[in-house]
Amino acid sequence: MNEQALAVLVVVGALAAVIACGLYLSWRATRLHRLHQRVDRARTGLRTALDRRRETAARLARALGPEHGADLAAAAAAADGDEPAESALSRSLRRTLADPAVLRAADTSGLLPDAAVAARGVQLARVFYNAAVTDTRRARRSRVVRLFRLAGGAPLPDFFEIDDRQPERPAPVPAPDTL
Amino acid sequence: MGMRIGLVCPYAWDVPGGVQQHVGDLADTLIARGHEVSVLAPVGGAAAALPDHLVPAGRPVPVPYNGSVARLSFGPRTAARVRRWITRGDFDVLHIHEPAAPSVSLLACWAAEGPLVGTFHTANPRSRAMAAGSHALRSALEKVHARIAVSEAARRTLVEHVGGDAVLIPNGVAVHRFADAPPLPGFPGEGGSIGFLGRLDEPRKGLAVLLAAFARLAPHRPGLRLLVAGPGDPGPALAAVPDRLRERIVLTGRLDDTDKVRAYHSADLFCAPNLGGESFGIVLTEAMAAGAAILASDIPAFSAVLGGGSAGELFAVGDAADLARRADALLDDPARRTALSRAAREAVRAYDWDTVAADIVYVYETVLVGDRSRVRAH
Repeated sequence: MNEQALAVLVVVGALAAVIACGLYLSWRATRLHRLHQRVDRARTGLRTALDRRRETAARLARALGPEHGADLAAAAAAADGDEPAESALSRSLRRTLADPAVLRAADTSGLLPDAAVAARGVQLARVFYNAAVTDTRRARRSRVVRLFRLAGGAPLPDFFEIDDRQPERPAPVPAPDTL
Repeated sequence: MGMRIGLVCPYAWDVPGGVQQHVGDLADTLIARGHEVSVLAPVGGAAAALPDHLVPAGRPVPVPYNGSVARLSFGPRTAARVRRWITRGDFDVLHIHEPAAPSVSLLACWAAEGPLVGTFHTANPRSRAMAAGSHALRSALEKVHARIAVSEAARRTLVEHVGGDAVLIPNGVAVHRFADAPPLPGFPGEGGSIGFLGRLDEPRKGLAVLLAAFARLAPHRPGLRLLVAGPGDPGPALAAVPDRLRERIVLTGRLDDTDKVRAYHSADLFCAPNLGGESFGIVLTEAMAAGAAILASDIPAFSAVLGGGSAGELFAVGDAADLARRADALLDDPARRTALSRAAREAVRAYDWDTVAADIVYVYETVLVGDRSRVRAH
Protein backbone atom coordinates (compact mmCIF):
# COMPACT_ATOMS: atom_id res chain seq x y z
CA MET A 1 0.00 0.00 0.00
CA ASN A 2 1.43 3.34 -0.93
CA GLU A 3 1.69 6.26 1.40
CA GLN A 4 -0.99 8.29 -0.35
CA ALA A 5 -3.65 5.63 0.10
CA LEU A 6 -2.68 5.26 3.72
CA ALA A 7 -3.02 9.01 4.27
CA VAL A 8 -6.50 9.01 2.68
CA LEU A 9 -7.49 6.09 4.86
CA VAL A 10 -6.31 7.89 7.99
CA VAL A 11 -8.14 11.09 7.03
CA VAL A 12 -11.39 9.22 6.26
CA GLY A 13 -11.13 7.28 9.50
CA ALA A 14 -10.48 10.43 11.51
CA LEU A 15 -13.41 12.19 9.83
CA ALA A 16 -15.75 9.28 10.63
CA ALA A 17 -14.59 9.33 14.24
CA VAL A 18 -15.19 13.09 14.51
CA ILE A 19 -18.69 12.72 13.04
CA ALA A 20 -19.51 9.85 15.40
CA CYS A 21 -18.25 11.90 18.36
CA GLY A 22 -20.29 14.88 17.22
CA LEU A 23 -23.46 12.82 16.93
CA TYR A 24 -22.88 11.31 20.34
CA LEU A 25 -22.25 14.71 21.93
CA SER A 26 -25.32 16.20 20.30
CA TRP A 27 -27.40 13.30 21.62
CA ARG A 28 -26.02 13.87 25.10
CA ALA A 29 -26.71 17.59 24.83
CA THR A 30 -30.31 16.92 23.75
CA ARG A 31 -30.81 14.63 26.74
CA LEU A 32 -29.41 17.25 29.10
CA HIS A 33 -31.56 19.98 27.56
CA ARG A 34 -34.61 17.77 28.02
CA LEU A 35 -33.69 17.25 31.68
CA HIS A 36 -33.36 21.00 32.25
CA GLN A 37 -36.79 21.48 30.69
CA ARG A 38 -38.17 18.77 32.95
CA VAL A 39 -36.78 20.57 36.02
CA ASP A 40 -38.31 23.88 34.87
CA ARG A 41 -41.72 22.31 34.38
CA ALA A 42 -41.55 20.46 37.68
CA ARG A 43 -40.60 23.74 39.39
CA THR A 44 -43.67 25.43 37.87
CA GLY A 45 -45.79 22.53 39.12
CA LEU A 46 -44.29 22.80 42.59
CA ARG A 47 -44.85 26.57 42.81
CA THR A 48 -48.43 26.17 41.67
CA ALA A 49 -49.03 23.49 44.29
CA LEU A 50 -47.50 25.64 47.03
CA ASP A 51 -49.61 28.65 45.97
CA ARG A 52 -52.72 26.55 45.99
CA ARG A 53 -51.97 25.18 49.44
CA ARG A 54 -51.28 28.66 50.81
CA GLU A 55 -54.58 29.99 49.44
CA THR A 56 -56.54 27.02 50.77
CA ALA A 57 -54.92 27.37 54.19
CA ALA A 58 -55.70 31.09 54.31
CA ARG A 59 -59.34 30.39 53.39
CA LEU A 60 -59.59 27.75 56.10
CA ALA A 61 -58.00 30.12 58.63
CA ARG A 62 -60.59 32.82 57.78
CA ALA A 63 -63.42 30.32 58.23
CA LEU A 64 -62.03 29.32 61.63
CA GLY A 65 -61.94 32.93 62.81
CA PRO A 66 -59.29 34.72 64.87
CA GLU A 67 -59.63 32.49 67.92
CA HIS A 68 -58.86 29.13 66.24
CA GLY A 69 -57.40 30.19 62.92
CA ALA A 70 -54.76 32.73 64.01
CA ASP A 71 -51.90 30.22 63.99
CA LEU A 72 -52.81 28.92 60.53
CA ALA A 73 -53.38 32.42 59.16
CA ALA A 74 -49.92 33.49 60.32
CA ALA A 75 -48.29 30.38 58.84
CA ALA A 76 -50.09 30.89 55.52
CA ALA A 77 -49.11 34.56 55.38
CA ALA A 78 -45.48 33.69 56.11
CA ALA A 79 -45.29 30.91 53.50
CA ASP A 80 -43.26 32.45 50.68
CA GLY A 81 -41.91 29.38 48.91
CA ASP A 82 -38.89 29.11 51.21
CA GLU A 83 -38.26 25.73 52.76
CA PRO A 84 -38.55 26.63 56.50
CA ALA A 85 -41.71 28.69 56.02
CA GLU A 86 -43.42 26.01 53.90
CA SER A 87 -42.48 23.36 56.48
CA ALA A 88 -44.03 25.54 59.16
CA LEU A 89 -47.24 25.76 57.11
CA SER A 90 -47.28 21.94 56.81
CA ARG A 91 -47.02 21.61 60.58
CA SER A 92 -49.65 24.27 61.21
CA LEU A 93 -52.07 22.54 58.81
CA ARG A 94 -51.45 19.21 60.52
CA ARG A 95 -52.12 20.71 63.94
CA THR A 96 -55.29 22.40 62.75
CA LEU A 97 -56.73 19.38 60.94
CA ALA A 98 -55.97 17.06 63.87
CA ASP A 99 -57.92 19.10 66.42
CA PRO A 100 -61.65 18.32 66.42
CA ALA A 101 -62.36 21.19 68.83
CA VAL A 102 -60.94 23.63 66.32
CA LEU A 103 -62.92 22.10 63.48
CA ARG A 104 -66.21 22.35 65.34
CA ALA A 105 -65.65 26.08 65.74
CA ALA A 106 -66.73 26.93 62.22
CA ASP A 107 -68.50 25.59 59.18
CA THR A 108 -65.50 24.11 57.41
CA SER A 109 -67.35 21.34 55.60
CA GLY A 110 -66.10 22.12 52.11
CA LEU A 111 -62.71 23.38 53.18
CA LEU A 112 -61.36 20.27 54.91
CA PRO A 113 -61.22 18.05 51.83
CA ASP A 114 -59.75 21.00 49.88
CA ALA A 115 -56.98 21.39 52.45
CA ALA A 116 -56.16 17.67 52.37
CA VAL A 117 -56.11 17.69 48.55
CA ALA A 118 -53.89 20.78 48.46
CA ALA A 119 -51.47 19.19 50.93
CA ARG A 120 -51.30 16.03 48.82
CA GLY A 121 -50.64 18.19 45.76
CA VAL A 122 -47.53 19.67 47.37
CA GLN A 123 -46.29 16.20 48.20
CA LEU A 124 -46.76 14.97 44.60
CA ALA A 125 -45.20 18.03 43.00
CA ARG A 126 -42.22 17.95 45.36
CA VAL A 127 -41.45 14.28 44.63
CA PHE A 128 -41.59 14.95 40.87
CA TYR A 129 -39.41 18.05 41.20
CA ASN A 130 -36.78 16.35 43.35
CA ALA A 131 -36.67 13.32 41.02
CA ALA A 132 -36.04 15.68 38.10
CA VAL A 133 -33.26 17.37 40.09
CA THR A 134 -31.72 13.98 40.95
CA ASP A 135 -31.64 12.93 37.28
CA THR A 136 -30.27 16.29 36.16
CA ARG A 137 -27.54 16.49 38.78
CA ARG A 138 -26.44 12.95 37.94
CA ALA A 139 -26.27 13.82 34.25
CA ARG A 140 -24.28 16.97 35.05
CA ARG A 141 -21.71 14.92 36.99
CA SER A 142 -20.85 12.87 33.92
CA ARG A 143 -17.32 13.37 32.58
CA VAL A 144 -18.48 13.91 29.00
CA VAL A 145 -20.92 16.62 30.07
CA ARG A 146 -18.29 18.46 32.13
CA LEU A 147 -15.45 18.11 29.61
CA PHE A 148 -17.46 19.48 26.70
CA ARG A 149 -19.44 21.92 28.86
CA LEU A 150 -22.71 20.51 27.50
CA ALA A 151 -24.68 22.19 30.28
CA GLY A 152 -23.69 25.64 29.01
CA GLY A 153 -24.59 28.31 31.52
CA ALA A 154 -27.63 26.51 32.98
CA PRO A 155 -27.53 26.72 36.78
CA LEU A 156 -27.32 23.46 38.74
CA PRO A 157 -30.83 22.88 40.15
CA ASP A 158 -31.28 22.51 43.92
CA PHE A 159 -33.46 20.06 45.80
CA PHE A 160 -36.52 21.36 47.62
CA GLU A 161 -36.61 19.76 51.05
CA ILE A 162 -39.55 20.43 53.33
CA ASP A 163 -41.61 18.54 55.87
CA ASP A 164 -44.71 17.71 53.82
CA ARG A 165 -46.07 14.81 55.84
CA GLN A 166 -49.80 14.61 55.22
CA PRO A 167 -52.36 15.82 57.71
CA GLU A 168 -53.96 12.84 59.37
CA ARG A 169 -57.30 11.99 57.85
CA PRO A 170 -59.57 14.65 59.43
CA ALA A 171 -61.34 13.32 62.49
CA PRO A 172 -65.07 13.03 61.81
CA VAL A 173 -66.98 15.93 63.30
CA PRO A 174 -69.82 14.63 65.51
CA ALA A 175 -73.29 15.71 64.40
CA PRO A 176 -75.11 18.06 66.82
CA ASP A 177 -77.44 16.29 69.25
CA THR A 178 -81.09 16.37 68.23
CA LEU A 179 -82.67 15.47 71.56
CA MET B 1 -62.62 18.87 31.37
CA GLY B 2 -61.80 15.35 30.32
CA MET B 3 -58.25 14.56 29.24
CA ARG B 4 -56.96 12.46 26.39
CA ILE B 5 -54.93 9.74 28.06
CA GLY B 6 -52.74 7.08 26.47
CA LEU B 7 -52.00 3.99 28.58
CA VAL B 8 -49.19 1.59 27.67
CA CYS B 9 -49.17 -1.99 28.97
CA PRO B 10 -46.01 -4.03 28.24
CA TYR B 11 -47.48 -7.52 28.75
CA ALA B 12 -49.77 -9.51 26.46
CA TRP B 13 -53.36 -8.39 26.95
CA ASP B 14 -54.83 -11.86 26.43
CA VAL B 15 -52.80 -13.40 29.26
CA PRO B 16 -54.11 -12.64 32.76
CA GLY B 17 -51.70 -10.77 34.99
CA GLY B 18 -51.52 -8.07 37.62
CA VAL B 19 -50.26 -5.29 35.34
CA GLN B 20 -52.82 -6.04 32.61
CA GLN B 21 -55.59 -6.04 35.19
CA HIS B 22 -54.32 -2.76 36.65
CA VAL B 23 -54.25 -1.06 33.23
CA GLY B 24 -57.68 -2.43 32.28
CA ASP B 25 -59.34 -1.32 35.51
CA LEU B 26 -57.62 2.07 35.40
CA ALA B 27 -58.86 2.57 31.83
CA ASP B 28 -62.44 1.64 32.81
CA THR B 29 -62.40 3.97 35.82
CA LEU B 30 -60.90 6.87 33.86
CA ILE B 31 -63.51 6.44 31.12
CA ALA B 32 -66.26 6.39 33.74
CA ARG B 33 -64.84 9.66 35.08
CA GLY B 34 -65.24 11.27 31.65
CA HIS B 35 -61.76 10.97 30.15
CA GLU B 36 -60.83 9.68 26.70
CA VAL B 37 -58.56 6.66 26.98
CA SER B 38 -56.59 4.54 24.53
CA VAL B 39 -54.64 1.47 25.69
CA LEU B 40 -51.68 0.09 23.75
CA ALA B 41 -50.68 -3.51 24.54
CA PRO B 42 -49.29 -6.59 22.79
CA VAL B 43 -52.03 -9.04 21.83
CA GLY B 44 -51.24 -12.65 20.94
CA GLY B 45 -53.41 -15.23 19.23
CA ALA B 46 -56.99 -14.51 18.33
CA ALA B 47 -58.06 -12.76 21.50
CA ALA B 48 -61.80 -13.08 21.81
CA ALA B 49 -63.21 -9.77 22.97
CA LEU B 50 -60.95 -6.73 23.09
CA PRO B 51 -62.39 -3.56 24.58
CA ASP B 52 -63.00 -0.69 22.14
CA HIS B 53 -60.23 1.41 23.58
CA LEU B 54 -57.55 -1.27 23.14
CA VAL B 55 -55.03 -0.91 20.32
CA PRO B 56 -53.00 -4.09 19.62
CA ALA B 57 -49.25 -3.45 19.36
CA GLY B 58 -48.28 -6.70 17.71
CA ARG B 59 -47.75 -10.33 18.60
CA PRO B 60 -45.87 -10.96 21.84
CA VAL B 61 -43.10 -13.51 22.32
CA PRO B 62 -42.46 -15.33 25.60
CA VAL B 63 -39.34 -14.04 27.37
CA PRO B 64 -38.03 -14.99 30.82
CA TYR B 65 -38.26 -11.70 32.69
CA ASN B 66 -38.13 -10.93 36.38
CA GLY B 67 -38.47 -14.51 37.54
CA SER B 68 -41.54 -15.26 35.43
CA VAL B 69 -42.18 -15.81 31.77
CA ALA B 70 -43.52 -12.56 30.33
CA ARG B 71 -45.02 -12.10 26.90
CA LEU B 72 -43.48 -9.00 25.36
CA SER B 73 -43.34 -7.22 22.01
CA PHE B 74 -40.17 -5.59 20.74
CA GLY B 75 -38.51 -4.75 17.44
CA PRO B 76 -38.69 -2.20 14.63
CA ARG B 77 -42.19 -3.07 13.46
CA THR B 78 -43.59 -2.74 16.97
CA ALA B 79 -41.64 0.51 17.39
CA ALA B 80 -43.31 1.90 14.26
CA ARG B 81 -46.73 0.93 15.60
CA VAL B 82 -45.98 2.62 18.92
CA ARG B 83 -44.92 5.80 17.10
CA ARG B 84 -48.05 5.79 14.95
CA TRP B 85 -50.30 5.25 17.96
CA ILE B 86 -48.70 8.18 19.82
CA THR B 87 -49.05 10.50 16.81
CA ARG B 88 -52.67 9.55 16.13
CA GLY B 89 -53.62 9.62 19.81
CA ASP B 90 -52.72 13.31 20.28
CA PHE B 91 -52.65 12.65 24.02
CA ASP B 92 -52.55 15.20 26.82
CA VAL B 93 -50.63 12.69 28.88
CA LEU B 94 -48.98 9.35 28.19
CA HIS B 95 -49.03 6.93 31.11
CA ILE B 96 -46.51 4.12 30.66
CA HIS B 97 -46.69 1.05 32.88
CA GLU B 98 -43.46 -0.68 33.82
CA PRO B 99 -41.45 1.76 31.67
CA ALA B 100 -38.29 -0.33 32.00
CA ALA B 101 -39.89 -3.48 30.55
CA PRO B 102 -38.25 -4.29 27.19
CA SER B 103 -41.55 -4.17 25.35
CA VAL B 104 -43.92 -1.49 24.06
CA SER B 105 -43.31 0.41 27.32
CA LEU B 106 -39.64 1.03 26.69
CA LEU B 107 -40.36 1.73 23.02
CA ALA B 108 -42.96 4.31 24.02
CA CYS B 109 -40.48 5.99 26.39
CA TRP B 110 -37.95 6.28 23.58
CA ALA B 111 -40.47 7.50 21.03
CA ALA B 112 -42.47 9.97 23.08
CA GLU B 113 -41.77 13.58 23.91
CA GLY B 114 -43.96 15.57 26.31
CA PRO B 115 -45.87 14.87 29.54
CA LEU B 116 -44.96 11.29 30.50
CA VAL B 117 -46.10 9.44 33.62
CA GLY B 118 -44.62 6.06 34.56
CA THR B 119 -45.93 3.44 36.98
CA PHE B 120 -43.48 0.91 38.43
CA HIS B 121 -44.98 -2.42 39.49
CA THR B 122 -41.91 -4.61 39.97
CA ALA B 123 -40.49 -5.18 43.42
CA ASN B 124 -37.41 -7.27 43.03
CA PRO B 125 -34.27 -6.48 44.99
CA ARG B 126 -32.14 -8.16 42.35
CA SER B 127 -34.01 -7.24 39.22
CA ARG B 128 -31.40 -8.23 36.63
CA ALA B 129 -33.28 -6.48 33.86
CA MET B 130 -33.15 -3.21 35.76
CA ALA B 131 -29.60 -3.51 37.07
CA ALA B 132 -27.92 -4.72 33.89
CA GLY B 133 -29.58 -2.18 31.71
CA SER B 134 -29.66 0.66 34.16
CA HIS B 135 -27.23 2.76 32.13
CA ALA B 136 -28.97 2.08 28.82
CA LEU B 137 -32.40 2.50 30.43
CA ARG B 138 -31.52 5.87 31.88
CA SER B 139 -31.99 7.73 28.60
CA ALA B 140 -35.56 6.41 28.47
CA LEU B 141 -36.49 6.72 32.14
CA GLU B 142 -35.18 10.27 32.53
CA LYS B 143 -37.94 11.41 30.16
CA VAL B 144 -40.62 10.32 32.60
CA HIS B 145 -41.90 13.43 34.42
CA ALA B 146 -43.80 11.70 37.20
CA ARG B 147 -43.07 8.31 38.67
CA ILE B 148 -45.60 6.24 40.56
CA ALA B 149 -44.79 3.07 42.52
CA VAL B 150 -47.59 0.66 43.42
CA SER B 151 -45.98 -0.46 46.66
CA GLU B 152 -43.26 0.55 49.08
CA ALA B 153 -41.23 -2.43 47.82
CA ALA B 154 -41.62 -1.30 44.20
CA ARG B 155 -40.57 2.19 45.22
CA ARG B 156 -37.45 0.87 46.94
CA THR B 157 -36.54 -1.19 43.87
CA LEU B 158 -36.83 1.93 41.75
CA VAL B 159 -34.77 4.10 44.11
CA GLU B 160 -32.01 1.49 44.34
CA HIS B 161 -31.72 0.63 40.65
CA VAL B 162 -32.64 3.82 38.88
CA GLY B 163 -32.35 6.56 41.51
CA GLY B 164 -34.81 9.34 42.20
CA ASP B 165 -38.04 9.04 44.12
CA ALA B 166 -41.60 8.07 43.21
CA VAL B 167 -44.99 8.71 44.76
CA LEU B 168 -46.79 5.75 46.24
CA ILE B 169 -50.21 4.96 44.77
CA PRO B 170 -51.32 1.38 45.40
CA ASN B 171 -53.09 -0.96 43.00
CA GLY B 172 -56.82 -0.46 42.87
CA VAL B 173 -59.51 -3.09 43.12
CA ALA B 174 -62.98 -2.80 41.59
CA VAL B 175 -64.63 -3.59 44.92
CA HIS B 176 -68.22 -3.71 43.63
CA ARG B 177 -67.31 -6.45 41.15
CA PHE B 178 -66.21 -8.81 43.94
CA ALA B 179 -68.60 -7.91 46.74
CA ASP B 180 -71.21 -10.60 46.18
CA ALA B 181 -71.39 -13.96 44.37
CA PRO B 182 -72.65 -17.49 44.98
CA PRO B 183 -69.99 -20.07 45.89
CA LEU B 184 -68.86 -22.64 43.31
CA PRO B 185 -70.97 -25.84 43.29
CA GLY B 186 -70.27 -28.01 46.34
CA PHE B 187 -68.43 -25.34 48.30
CA PRO B 188 -67.59 -24.56 51.05
CA GLY B 189 -68.80 -28.04 52.04
CA GLU B 190 -69.35 -29.74 55.41
CA GLY B 191 -65.77 -30.42 56.39
CA GLY B 192 -64.48 -26.94 55.65
CA SER B 193 -62.30 -25.72 52.82
CA ILE B 194 -59.26 -23.61 52.06
CA GLY B 195 -58.95 -21.63 48.83
CA PHE B 196 -55.96 -20.66 46.69
CA LEU B 197 -55.84 -18.57 43.54
CA GLY B 198 -52.79 -18.05 41.36
CA ARG B 199 -50.47 -19.71 38.89
CA LEU B 200 -49.78 -23.28 39.98
CA ASP B 201 -46.35 -23.70 38.40
CA GLU B 202 -44.77 -20.48 39.59
CA PRO B 203 -42.84 -21.35 42.76
CA ARG B 204 -43.06 -17.84 44.24
CA LYS B 205 -46.84 -18.08 44.40
CA GLY B 206 -46.18 -20.55 47.19
CA LEU B 207 -48.64 -23.34 46.32
CA ALA B 208 -46.10 -25.91 47.54
CA VAL B 209 -46.19 -24.42 51.05
CA LEU B 210 -49.97 -24.59 51.13
CA LEU B 211 -49.95 -28.21 49.90
CA ALA B 212 -47.43 -29.17 52.59
CA ALA B 213 -49.67 -27.56 55.20
CA PHE B 214 -52.70 -29.37 53.75
CA ALA B 215 -50.86 -32.69 54.06
CA ARG B 216 -50.44 -31.96 57.78
CA LEU B 217 -54.05 -30.85 58.33
CA ALA B 218 -55.96 -33.32 56.20
CA PRO B 219 -55.39 -36.53 58.22
CA HIS B 220 -57.18 -35.22 61.33
CA ARG B 221 -59.76 -33.18 59.39
CA PRO B 222 -61.46 -35.84 57.27
CA GLY B 223 -63.82 -33.48 55.41
CA LEU B 224 -61.35 -30.70 54.68
CA ARG B 225 -60.88 -29.83 51.01
CA LEU B 226 -58.53 -27.55 49.11
CA LEU B 227 -59.82 -25.39 46.25
CA VAL B 228 -56.94 -24.63 43.89
CA ALA B 229 -57.86 -22.18 41.15
CA GLY B 230 -55.48 -20.98 38.49
CA PRO B 231 -53.66 -21.93 35.29
CA GLY B 232 -50.46 -23.95 35.03
CA ASP B 233 -49.21 -27.48 35.56
CA PRO B 234 -49.89 -28.64 39.12
CA GLY B 235 -47.73 -31.75 38.69
CA PRO B 236 -44.49 -30.75 40.44
CA ALA B 237 -46.24 -29.17 43.44
CA LEU B 238 -48.70 -32.08 43.80
CA ALA B 239 -45.91 -34.66 43.80
CA ALA B 240 -45.30 -33.92 47.48
CA VAL B 241 -48.90 -34.73 48.46
CA PRO B 242 -49.69 -38.35 49.45
CA ASP B 243 -51.93 -40.10 46.89
CA ARG B 244 -54.83 -40.70 49.26
CA LEU B 245 -55.20 -36.94 49.88
CA ARG B 246 -55.26 -35.91 46.24
CA GLU B 247 -58.95 -36.52 45.73
CA ARG B 248 -59.61 -33.82 48.31
CA ILE B 249 -57.77 -31.24 46.25
CA VAL B 250 -60.11 -29.65 43.71
CA LEU B 251 -58.24 -28.25 40.71
CA THR B 252 -60.35 -25.87 38.65
CA GLY B 253 -57.77 -24.77 36.11
CA ARG B 254 -58.03 -21.23 34.83
CA LEU B 255 -61.31 -19.58 35.77
CA ASP B 256 -63.18 -16.93 33.82
CA ASP B 257 -63.87 -13.64 35.58
CA THR B 258 -67.29 -14.67 36.89
CA ASP B 259 -66.07 -17.95 38.34
CA LYS B 260 -63.03 -16.24 39.80
CA VAL B 261 -65.31 -14.00 41.86
CA ARG B 262 -67.29 -17.09 42.90
CA ALA B 263 -64.07 -18.82 43.94
CA TYR B 264 -63.34 -16.04 46.45
CA HIS B 265 -66.75 -16.75 48.01
CA SER B 266 -66.30 -20.52 48.01
CA ALA B 267 -63.82 -21.37 50.74
CA ASP B 268 -64.01 -20.90 54.51
CA LEU B 269 -60.48 -19.63 54.48
CA PHE B 270 -58.58 -17.96 51.66
CA CYS B 271 -54.83 -18.56 51.66
CA ALA B 272 -52.17 -16.38 49.98
CA PRO B 273 -48.92 -18.27 50.62
CA ASN B 274 -46.67 -16.17 48.33
CA LEU B 275 -42.95 -16.43 48.98
CA GLY B 276 -42.14 -12.86 47.95
CA GLY B 277 -41.41 -11.01 44.75
CA GLU B 278 -45.03 -9.94 44.55
CA SER B 279 -45.01 -6.21 45.10
CA PHE B 280 -48.66 -6.11 45.96
CA GLY B 281 -51.16 -8.93 45.87
CA ILE B 282 -53.97 -7.94 43.55
CA VAL B 283 -55.37 -11.39 44.36
CA LEU B 284 -55.28 -10.44 48.01
CA THR B 285 -57.26 -7.20 47.56
CA GLU B 286 -59.81 -9.05 45.45
CA ALA B 287 -60.25 -11.58 48.23
CA MET B 288 -60.64 -8.70 50.68
CA ALA B 289 -63.28 -7.09 48.44
CA ALA B 290 -65.12 -10.43 48.47
CA GLY B 291 -64.99 -10.43 52.26
CA ALA B 292 -62.95 -13.63 52.52
CA ALA B 293 -61.30 -14.63 55.77
CA ILE B 294 -57.68 -14.40 54.75
CA LEU B 295 -54.56 -16.23 55.88
CA ALA B 296 -51.50 -14.77 54.15
CA SER B 297 -47.73 -15.04 54.36
CA ASP B 298 -46.13 -12.20 56.31
CA ILE B 299 -44.17 -10.72 53.39
CA PRO B 300 -43.96 -6.92 53.76
CA ALA B 301 -46.44 -6.09 50.98
CA PHE B 302 -49.13 -8.39 52.38
CA SER B 303 -48.57 -7.20 55.92
CA ALA B 304 -49.00 -3.58 54.77
CA VAL B 305 -52.24 -4.28 52.89
CA LEU B 306 -53.67 -6.36 55.74
CA GLY B 307 -52.98 -3.70 58.35
CA GLY B 308 -50.27 -5.78 60.02
CA GLY B 309 -52.66 -8.69 60.60
CA SER B 310 -55.90 -6.93 61.59
CA ALA B 311 -57.64 -7.49 58.24
CA GLY B 312 -56.26 -10.99 57.67
CA GLU B 313 -54.13 -13.39 59.66
CA LEU B 314 -50.42 -13.60 58.83
CA PHE B 315 -48.17 -16.68 59.00
CA ALA B 316 -44.39 -16.95 58.74
CA VAL B 317 -43.53 -16.92 55.04
CA GLY B 318 -42.61 -20.38 53.69
CA ASP B 319 -43.44 -22.09 57.00
CA ALA B 320 -45.96 -24.88 56.32
CA ALA B 321 -46.18 -25.83 60.02
CA ASP B 322 -47.15 -22.28 61.01
CA LEU B 323 -49.66 -22.11 58.16
CA ALA B 324 -51.23 -25.42 59.22
CA ARG B 325 -51.43 -24.40 62.88
CA ARG B 326 -53.13 -21.08 62.14
CA ALA B 327 -55.49 -22.55 59.54
CA ASP B 328 -56.47 -25.23 62.07
CA ALA B 329 -57.41 -22.61 64.66
CA LEU B 330 -59.26 -20.40 62.17
CA LEU B 331 -61.32 -23.28 60.74
CA ASP B 332 -62.65 -23.95 64.27
CA ASP B 333 -63.42 -20.30 64.98
CA PRO B 334 -66.24 -18.93 62.78
CA ALA B 335 -66.55 -15.79 64.92
CA ARG B 336 -62.92 -14.88 64.27
CA ARG B 337 -63.39 -15.56 60.54
CA THR B 338 -66.41 -13.25 60.45
CA ALA B 339 -64.43 -10.54 62.20
CA LEU B 340 -61.55 -10.92 59.72
CA SER B 341 -64.00 -10.80 56.82
CA ARG B 342 -65.58 -7.58 58.07
CA ALA B 343 -62.17 -5.97 58.70
CA ALA B 344 -61.02 -6.97 55.21
CA ARG B 345 -64.04 -5.36 53.52
CA GLU B 346 -63.42 -2.21 55.54
CA ALA B 347 -59.68 -2.08 54.83
CA VAL B 348 -60.12 -2.63 51.09
CA ARG B 349 -62.07 0.60 50.64
CA ALA B 350 -58.82 2.56 50.64
CA TYR B 351 -57.85 0.50 47.57
CA ASP B 352 -61.06 0.93 45.61
CA TRP B 353 -60.31 1.97 42.04
CA ASP B 354 -62.33 5.11 42.35
CA THR B 355 -60.10 6.35 45.21
CA VAL B 356 -56.95 5.25 43.40
CA ALA B 357 -57.87 6.72 40.00
CA ALA B 358 -58.64 10.10 41.58
CA ASP B 359 -55.09 10.20 42.94
CA ILE B 360 -53.64 9.19 39.55
CA VAL B 361 -55.62 11.93 37.81
CA TYR B 362 -54.14 14.32 40.36
CA VAL B 363 -50.68 13.20 39.21
CA TYR B 364 -51.66 13.95 35.59
CA GLU B 365 -52.88 17.41 36.59
CA THR B 366 -49.69 18.13 38.53
CA VAL B 367 -47.58 17.21 35.51
CA LEU B 368 -49.73 19.22 33.12
CA VAL B 369 -49.50 22.40 35.20
CA GLY B 370 -45.92 22.81 34.05
CA ASP B 371 -46.39 21.51 30.53
CA ARG B 372 -49.48 22.05 28.42
CA SER B 373 -47.87 20.67 25.26
CA ARG B 374 -49.28 17.44 23.92
CA VAL B 375 -47.42 14.16 23.67
CA ARG B 376 -45.52 13.82 20.37
CA ALA B 377 -43.50 11.05 18.77
CA HIS B 378 -40.06 11.92 17.46
